[in-house]
Amino acid sequence: MKTLEADSAQKLEQGRVINDFSIQVATVNGSGSQSSNTVLMRSIFQMGIPVSGKNLFPSNIAGLPTWFTIRVNKDGWIARKKEIDILVAMNPQTAVEDVKSLRPGAVCVSPVELNLDKVRSDVRHYLVPFAQLASETTENIKLRKLVTNMIYVGVVAELLEIDQKEIDVAIAKQFEGKSKAIELNLTASNKGRQWAKENLKKEDPFYVEKMDKTAGKIIIDGNSAAALGCMFAGVTVVTWYPITPSSSLCESLSDYMHEYRIEEDGKATYAIIQAEDEIAAIGMALGAGWAGARSMTSTSGPGISLMGEFTGLGYFAEIPTVIFDVQRVGPSTGMPTRTHQADLMSTYQLSHGDTKHILLLPGSVEECYSMASAAFDLAERFQTPVFVLSDLDLGMNNWMSEPFKYPEQPMDRGKVLDAAELERLGKFERYRDVDGDGIPYRTLPGTDHPLAAYFTRGSGHNEKAAYTERPEDYVNLMNRLDKKYQTARKYVPKPELHESKNAKVGIIAFGSSHPAIMESLDQLKASNLQASYLRLKALPFTEELRKFVDQHEHVYVVEQNRDAQMRDLIRLELPEFSMKLRSVRHFDGLPLDARTVTDAILEQER
Amino acid sequence: MVDSATKPQGAPAPKTNRIGLTLADYKGSPSTLCDGCGHDAITSQIIKACYDVGINPHQVAKLSGIGCSSKTPAYFLSRAHGFNAVHGRMPSVATGASMANKQLHLLAVSGDGDTASIGLGQFCHIVRRNIPMVYIVENNGVYGLTKGQFSATAEKGAKLKSGVQNELQSIDLCSLAIELGCGFVGRSFAGDPKQLVALLKAAMSHNGTAVLDVISPCVTFNNHEGSTKSYKYAKEHETPLHELGFVGFYEQITVDYEPGSVQEVAMHDGSKITLKKTDHDYDPKDRGKAISTIARANEEKQFLTGLLYVDESKSSFTDVMHLVDAPLATLPQDKVRPPKSALDEIMKSLM
Ligand SMILES: Cc1ncc(C[n+]2csc(CCOP(=O)(O)OP(=O)(O)O)c2C)c(N)n1
Ligand code: SF4
Ligand SMILES: [Mg+2]
Repeated sequence: MKTLEADSAQKLEQGRVINDFSIQVATVNGSGSQSSNTVLMRSIFQMGIPVSGKNLFPSNIAGLPTWFTIRVNKDGWIARKKEIDILVAMNPQTAVEDVKSLRPGAVCVSPVELNLDKVRSDVRHYLVPFAQLASETTENIKLRKLVTNMIYVGVVAELLEIDQKEIDVAIAKQFEGKSKAIELNLTASNKGRQWAKENLKKEDPFYVEKMDKTAGKIIIDGNSAAALGCMFAGVTVVTWYPITPSSSLCESLSDYMHEYRIEEDGKATYAIIQAEDEIAAIGMALGAGWAGARSMTSTSGPGISLMGEFTGLGYFAEIPTVIFDVQRVGPSTGMPTRTHQADLMSTYQLSHGDTKHILLLPGSVEECYSMASAAFDLAERFQTPVFVLSDLDLGMNNWMSEPFKYPEQPMDRGKVLDAAELERLGKFERYRDVDGDGIPYRTLPGTDHPLAAYFTRGSGHNEKAAYTERPEDYVNLMNRLDKKYQTARKYVPKPELHESKNAKVGIIAFGSSHPAIMESLDQLKASNLQASYLRLKALPFTEELRKFVDQHEHVYVVEQNRDAQMRDLIRLELPEFSMKLRSVRHFDGLPLDARTVTDAILEQER
Repeated sequence: MVDSATKPQGAPAPKTNRIGLTLADYKGSPSTLCDGCGHDAITSQIIKACYDVGINPHQVAKLSGIGCSSKTPAYFLSRAHGFNAVHGRMPSVATGASMANKQLHLLAVSGDGDTASIGLGQFCHIVRRNIPMVYIVENNGVYGLTKGQFSATAEKGAKLKSGVQNELQSIDLCSLAIELGCGFVGRSFAGDPKQLVALLKAAMSHNGTAVLDVISPCVTFNNHEGSTKSYKYAKEHETPLHELGFVGFYEQITVDYEPGSVQEVAMHDGSKITLKKTDHDYDPKDRGKAISTIARANEEKQFLTGLLYVDESKSSFTDVMHLVDAPLATLPQDKVRPPKSALDEIMKSLM
């Protein structure tokens, strides 16, 4: 048998697939494979090749199957790819099913004892004696499972021709400061590589080759990005209750704040409170916002449901706060570790009575960061709860991004009157529309002026904040709140337009669907269909939406929920264009992939 | 004063307190509660206590939930900001406000429904966190605002006007608070203004959550024969544990007591509570005894009032959070937005 080294020169001329494939690693939750997968992904990233990683994990701490997908793509497409090119089948529970799902010609790396070559003969198998290699690497039985993960990294690195140097750097970064772990993992990865070099014959077309497409880029998950955004937005009171997939937002915020927001005397310029539930979390956030702090909370669907009543109070009594909803699959407990965009409608109108809220829709980790600042500014400018709707795919997966920019604008604290201004004005009515934009002025508790105080209530109130049940006062208040919402149209982030000249077909999408849509546009072009794309970034809608829909014959609203919630909201906004609006929905809980969008549109355009 | 020239001859200038404010400066809008409602009697004592201690109204934040009782913050201290939250969730709002501005004095009013039913969870957690505030439960044993249903503090055997009898055991908010580690727990009666005002003043000088459970008869739905929260029943059964006095840190009063007849409790801000002994030999610093005394009194259908428990040594949540001295709410941008170098450093670590 020819060894890998001897073989490679010969292979050069044959059909090589370079920097364009997907790897899926099937393991068991809690087995420590996360670090190995990150090392594998990072080492490819370090070679300058665009890459993305997605963790498909169960709602479980240990023992259930989990899959990690790495997509390597020279053109920079980083959405999920449906087809798997290289499977690393480490989980005996799912191995047979996993290998059966492969397309003919795909690659499968697996432990020799699973005999997967007997299951599929049209797949290129690399059978590896992982157990034996692990026991040769360490005598510590407990460590063998962990070591096995790094051995497959070595095998895959050798097969793909990832430089060992890159693996070394990635390991050093992953286990920063833990010299023993670094050493053990280096040994393990080399063990796998060495064995592969000596025993495997390369019989697949997949290779990596150095590029320069990731220089200066960062890798970060959306929740950490949002946390950074909040810190640089100057948040001071943070309240939360643990829930997947949002917990890591406040947890990483807590780490960052501890590092960067403690004064020299050891005192904190912030308070982070783990509340007793989400009702308390939003109550605290509103109490803090009322008293003048930049406050926020972060949660997911079930928490959003609990926050309903308080959100209505925030809307009606006009209190600023920011709420992150890192969406997961509902209804009810649903699938806590799967991704969705199905909280759109219920969050938009959260609470009983006539309510509508400002929603921001980040479509990248960069926007998780920058929209945090925007959310605080909007919340204080409009004196109302503002929601940021991220999702599990964006929030918990690692994404490549340009480094984040330092905020250029000063914080907008909105219309707050202090004692001096009250003195100058000689008059203060909390809920009066002085400027004609629907936004009243407020004062903060503690303001030392006889005019400052007012009474905040969720019951009917007039312009002076006094209790009322007078029909005229109520109608006046509700109409002003609507006016304020209309004003917000001019302040929320505008949609992003990707125009294709003379395109008859339009696509509208938002949030984490973005990378799949960008790739789909490319696929559609290859099928001779020109399409323009409008990515929405906020509710209320802005005038760009009407223009876009008007300019296209058909408009496909692509979204990750069953009921076409965004399509329906657009219908309500633009009833005259109702007939133009078509829908592409993807709601199985997996991140959206381009092929699904492309096929659905081509099918309807035929 | 310019005004005094136009005042009718001989009219005495209104009395002022130590910061120069009159009692009227501590009032709110007129009450809209039923005539004779216990809640209004408590409101009067809140006004008096604030006037007496000379607190600056603008430094107070008034908080409440939902119920007749929770409406009352509108009826006192109109020069303080007020927040009427949702039913049972006032504690969370208070927690947020306290974090945003630790210089505010929080004065909160709730009802027995608001606290012991829908709000029991938040009540427990605010006590656990020990947010500095006065937490008054205006306890009438019923839901006044929804027309008289039993609340969870109604005693077993108590009767509604309709004759319906309560078969369930009541929740005693004072023993619960003590159990949860509350550092200041008192019980009083809307019909005992002297004791109530002293307790209120003492509660205001406590550094932490001070819980006051005040029996406050609902004249409309729970003041009849067979009620255990009526004026008549409370008057007949009230057993004060001690005669309560309060000496503010700003007062230079020394009173001579017979040795052993008075226990003094030094408060956080330098004020002092004096507890003159009655028949009871009660030490409010003994936690275990406080709980057993309350339990026994409940069994014997005794209505104990006074300072049930006090412990001035506990750290408040503000202490625990190690906050900067200035209110978080108004910290300038350069204090809350780390410099560009911080972002650069973080970005580098992610490359
Ligand atoms: C979520 C919610 N459920 C129910 C109500 C109706 N409600 C208003 S006040 C009240 C009970 C108040 O009882 P209590 O706190 O004892 O106050 P009281 O009126 O007796 O002073 C209830 C159930 C409400 N406002 N909100
Ligand atoms: S119903 Fe009862 S509690 Fe409510 S105002 Fe009347 S007397 Fe007071
Ligand atoms: Mg009541």
